[in-house]
Amino acid sequence: MADVKKIATRESYGNALKDLAEEFPNLVVLDADLAEATKTGIFKKAYPDRHIDCGIAECNMMGIAAGLSLAGKIPFCSSFAMFAAGRAFEQVRNSIGYPHLNVKIGATHAGISVGEDGASHQCNEDLALMRTIPGMVVMCPSDDIEAKAAVRAALEYEGPVYIRFGRAAVPVINDKPDYKFEIGKGTVVREGTDVTIVATGICVDSAIGAAEKLAADGINAEVINICTIKPLDKDIIINSAKKTGKVVTVEEHSVIGGLGSAVCDALAESLPTPVKKIGMQDVFGQSGPANELIALYGLDAQGVYSSVKEFLA
Amino acid sequence: MDNLELKKHANDVRKGVVTSTHAAKSGHPGGSLSAADVFTYLYFEEMNIDPANPEKKDRDRFVLSKGHTAPGLYSALANRGFFPVEDLTTLRKTGSYLQGHPNMHIPGVDMASGSLGQGISAAVGMALGSKLGEDDFRVYTLLGDGEIQEGQVWEAAMFAGHRKLDNLCVIVDNNGLQIDGAIDEVCSPYPIDKKFEAFNFHVINADAHDFDALRAAFAEAKATKGQPTAIVVHSVKGKGVSFMENKAGWHGKAPNDEEYAQAMAELDKIAEEIAKEGK
Repeated sequence: MADVKKIATRESYGNALKDLAEEFPNLVVLDADLAEATKTGIFKKAYPDRHIDCGIAECNMMGIAAGLSLAGKIPFCSSFAMFAAGRAFEQVRNSIGYPHLNVKIGATHAGISVGEDGASHQCNEDLALMRTIPGMVVMCPSDDIEAKAAVRAALEYEGPVYIRFGRAAVPVINDKPDYKFEIGKGTVVREGTDVTIVATGICVDSAIGAAEKLAADGINAEVINICTIKPLDKDIIINSAKKTGKVVTVEEHSVIGGLGSAVCDALAESLPTPVKKIGMQDVFGQSGPANELIALYGLDAQGVYSSVKEFLA
Repeated sequence: MDNLELKKHANDVRKGVVTSTHAAKSGHPGGSLSAADVFTYLYFEEMNIDPANPEKKDRDRFVLSKGHTAPGLYSALANRGFFPVEDLTTLRKTGSYLQGHPNMHIPGVDMASGSLGQGISAAVGMALGSKLGEDDFRVYTLLGDGEIQEGQVWEAAMFAGHRKLDNLCVIVDNNGLQIDGAIDEVCSPYPIDKKFEAFNFHVINADAHDFDALRAAFAEAKATKGQPTAIVVHSVKGKGVSFMENKAGWHGKAPNDEEYAQAMAELDKIAEEIAKEGK
């Protein structure tokens, strides 16, 4: 098991941009007055001429990124998920998605782990919104290692990519010698036979914790980490469901339109399987410390454990 | 190219607008016709472009922010040699590459557009990209006067002014009409020139249908350093087809067979006059 080192994926994002700047000389980074919070400030400090602050104007930022990509740059644009995927949805759809431009969106402060700022800033809808855009790759990394790998993969990939990063520090879980990242590939992080738990982002850690608790009760859970929500690794989910016959999804996102829905789509078409979706149950969040909110909405290891037990009962 | 040749091309561009919207039985002739002379001046005189090599790296870029006037742009591109003029009659038809609004699969089109207010941001990004990269090109974008009611236009203008993008030329087609009526009755964007001035643009007012005025305006824009330029061109919606002129109803309506015949007869007459003028 990993050590207790905790890093917020937004921090990983800023570090990755800086680390990859030499290798990708066309990389430019855009922000909308949130460079300190999104951590693109790390890149800005090292490469001030390649960091473009667009001011508090996210819709325009998406258009600027589109134009920059048409001039040969690889723009990574950042804001909070609420404003990148929410406010600027139509700009992302029409100015980036429809022309299929090589623009990357690094959205931070996704989900309820935004914490004290409350519901207005807790975006639980971004994965759903971004999934609907044809040709858009959607990723939600689970830790520092995966976040950095996703940034590199996005830069190597030609086309629009949305990556979701979190505000709160999360444990490193992918520090394994055989860890390999590929867009569209999920990872079995724990093998099991009784139930499949499919998780994304910071909820992968909760799923692993829940599986350990379930093991103590004699329930052998398989845990799958899905970083790429789209295109979804259907095979890894279907193959696991064949074995376990029961699937639970866990995400720090609405149960409408995100990982849970994507998994249901895949199973309904190929292998109808009972599914329990853990996530925000069609409600807005609220203010509070991130860890308290994660527990309150049942997204921590204990919450996932209880939901799985109920589902299997 | 002299004004007479430009007038001849502009008349052909107008014929393409009438022909394509008639064939499509839909589309936007009014704003295509008001901008026909601007399209002509840009593609036949002003921009560094090559119809044989539409993707050449150092080409000047054009973004049709008022994307619904695609018939005008397509007609200019076709008449300039980017694709066959005959293809204009496939406009808006299933399977045609000439989509209702510009997309990336049309030779000569630099950016998909049509959702108002977004094209100018892409143009600003291109202009910034030119400044940051090795290729030195100019970027032109055409906006409607109703379109500038979109807030994103002013986000983009603020950024362009702030970044002193003197390789950017914004053109506002001030034909005074939008779908619901006169722009100053719907939600007035006036004064347009003073607004762009306030966003640190160099601003020029010009007659949209006078090639001497357009020539002077674009030359002044090119000579302007340290700030972007906005050219507010004062135009007549539906220009060139008598019954479409200054009628908001012709914003997004295609001519029927009878109207098509009349419109083409009028444009043929203008062509004859231009030919006479040339002798």
